[in-house]
Amino acid sequence: MQVTVKILRFDPEKDKKAHFETYELEADPLDRVLDVMNSIKWYKDGTLTFRRSCAHGVCGSDAMRINGRNRLACKVLVQDLGKKIQLEPMLGFKIIKDLVVDMEPFFDKYKSIKPYLINYEEAPSAERVQSPEEHELFDETTKCILCGACSGSCPPYWSNSEFIGPAAIVNAHRFIFDSRDQGSDERLGVLSEGEGVWRCRTVFNCTDACPRDIPVTKVIEQIKRVMLYNRK
Amino acid sequence: MYHKFDALVIGGGGAGLSAAIKLVGKGNVAVISKLYPSRSHTGAAQGGICAALGNTEEDHWEWHMFDTVKGGDYLTDQDAAEVLAKEAIDAIYELEHMGLPFNRTPDGKLDQRRFGGHTRNYGEGPVRRACYSADRTGHMILQTLYQQGIKNNVTFFNEFHLMDVIISNGRCVGVTAIDIKTGELHTFHSKATILATGGYGRVWKVTSNAHACTGDGMTSAYRAGIPLMDMEMYQFHPTGLYRIGILLSEAARGEGGILRNAEGERFCERYAPTLKDLAPRDMVSRFISQEIREGRGAGPDKDYVYLHVDHLGKEVIDAKLPDITDFARTYLKVEPYKEGVPIQPTAHYAMGGVPTNVNGEVIMDEKGTVMPGLYAAGEVACVSVHGANRLGTNSLVDLVVFGRRAGSQAAEYIKTTDFESLPANHDASSKDLISWVNAGTGQSRTENAANIRKELQVEMQQNVQVVRDEKGMSHAMSKIAELKERYQKVKIQDVSSKFNTERLETLELGSLIELAEATTKSALERKESRGAHYREDMLNRDDVNFLAHTLAYRSDDGGVSRLAYKPVVITRFQPKERKY
Repeated sequence: MQVTVKILRFDPEKDKKAHFETYELEADPLDRVLDVMNSIKWYKDGTLTFRRSCAHGVCGSDAMRINGRNRLACKVLVQDLGKKIQLEPMLGFKIIKDLVVDMEPFFDKYKSIKPYLINYEEAPSAERVQSPEEHELFDETTKCILCGACSGSCPPYWSNSEFIGPAAIVNAHRFIFDSRDQGSDERLGVLSEGEGVWRCRTVFNCTDACPRDIPVTKVIEQIKRVMLYNRK
Repeated sequence: MYHKFDALVIGGGGAGLSAAIKLVGKGNVAVISKLYPSRSHTGAAQGGICAALGNTEEDHWEWHMFDTVKGGDYLTDQDAAEVLAKEAIDAIYELEHMGLPFNRTPDGKLDQRRFGGHTRNYGEGPVRRACYSADRTGHMILQTLYQQGIKNNVTFFNEFHLMDVIISNGRCVGVTAIDIKTGELHTFHSKATILATGGYGRVWKVTSNAHACTGDGMTSAYRAGIPLMDMEMYQFHPTGLYRIGILLSEAARGEGGILRNAEGERFCERYAPTLKDLAPRDMVSRFISQEIREGRGAGPDKDYVYLHVDHLGKEVIDAKLPDITDFARTYLKVEPYKEGVPIQPTAHYAMGGVPTNVNGEVIMDEKGTVMPGLYAAGEVACVSVHGANRLGTNSLVDLVVFGRRAGSQAAEYIKTTDFESLPANHDASSKDLISWVNAGTGQSRTENAANIRKELQVEMQQNVQVVRDEKGMSHAMSKIAELKERYQKVKIQDVSSKFNTERLETLELGSLIELAEATTKSALERKESRGAHYREDMLNRDDVNFLAHTLAYRSDDGGVSRLAYKPVVITRFQPKERKY
């Protein structure tokens, strides 16, 4: 089928501001949007710039705005979109070039919640015991691939560059709800600050955007409940 | 820009991060990675990581070692297999202590499941040896190790592309790399350099590998005069999604999934009566290939078979195989609850690579002479622990066990060694290569890189795959020669400095072509069938002439100059016929 792909372009060495360019090409309905982008880059315009790696939704490189919603370009098929495809970099991130955005502030926020197991006791000679029920409590949030789709879909994140954002909260949840972890107080301290979890306005965009089907808004609410009632 | 570090780790995947963590506090260390580390291809591994913990049934590391050796069709170096099987146990407990969220047994221990080629009591039947996190075990290993990197304040240079390994006075003294964000060439001067850059599956058309898997580290070592070992041993995973090659984990079969041909027959039991669908990957890929060639494939072109998990029930599928069933739904619009998923073998893993000893030190010849200051671990390396065919989960075991070993060995080395000065013009060859790519806007440069890459991938898919012969491989050699010529005239449009991914892809293509050639040449000269290297024109294994590792050396003009053979290390298990 013939598709029309409109892409927001920005070359920092040439352009003062971003502008749309349009490409017409043949695509298979089962092609990923990423395949279409590769076709443009390889056969029409070598300057088109985007990140990509695994091409099946597990590395998180190619999160972007696709027809207005944050998606991974490798997880959306042409037939899911129809003939008109519009690609833009995620909002809330500084554009480096075309669809490539600056991920550094995003990773800094991730690091701020101490995303690693904190346990002050000496490790046993074998595994630390954890029941399947305890494991289940944080299973969903271990799926995060740090693509940024949730944070980049969040209106408070767009309007406030200091807001820690849903991705960092998801990763805090992954440890706060892990029975082996002893760092909850430190993480909850970060999340209870002015730019922490209370900036969330329960818009649910993050839940819609997550390519890993993490119930992001629900998870954020669980964190709020821990803070208010100390209840997991 | 110039940087100086005691130790460099090139690659931010499982092997690189394992090595970096062992170097924490032992000197100043940097990890240089083409991607943000959390994007590395370790994260795509699904099914599990084996260790003889014996949590759910009796198991012993000797059984794991034996399976690894037999699975590798006796090309496995048995000293390495022993290290792998023994140290896997401690490595998995260490990962758990770092926080890795493994699935659990009802009494809270690490759960374990079956995987291809892993058996109890030296081949009697399948054993539960694979620890796992649903079907995203690699993702959890990568995340956990990256988290430890953050915890330990490891210095990361993210989105830097490796150019050259720098050798001076017979010693590795660092690397050059491009900062992708700025386009600037950086020199990293070091005492120790660990290559952990992964594989090169993008040589083939249908592959489970990421776009980033272009073998940059193998090529840079090869260009620096290090031979590549056992490149003909390339694994095709039996169950890739039809046409696109996305991996569907062996865990699907470990949990009870089965393969059926167009007639609905469970064909694996005809070929491997004991292990059936859980025979090792080289064999199952051959079974599929034979079914298709004999007309029992499904679909209009009769070119795929089905993976069935529908009989396992929704609960098992959702709890243990959520991701791979999601892939089938997303990309093929097939519902695994109800129907078989079309699959075909997919180019998956390099058993071969940069030769090392069991301490991760890179070796330069058949005598095992060490190149001081250079280490390799993970898929880029060939220890050789996988021999002619890797067992499922052993890649994750390998990258953790030998990543840690390479890191520890490098930590010892930097303690007792001083910096060797950089040679004059240490970055000349990198600069020349970049200038040559940049000149791709010129009128004489008429070749499209994507066309060259595609033709290479199609040729390799056709002629250097699950089943091979002299005629096909010779055809591939001449095609590669043609593509090398045409690559000299490759054009580019993007001349910008910042985030120039067209330039990056052009450099990566150069690597793919060289590795395809080393693979094909090594395969042509191995005149036998062994493991993943299955020749229709030479069906038998030949232990008299080929119980040996192939070493492919590069000539200065870029071809394979010569092959040499290195003896296999045999300790406990004498080669026997391989039956399952």
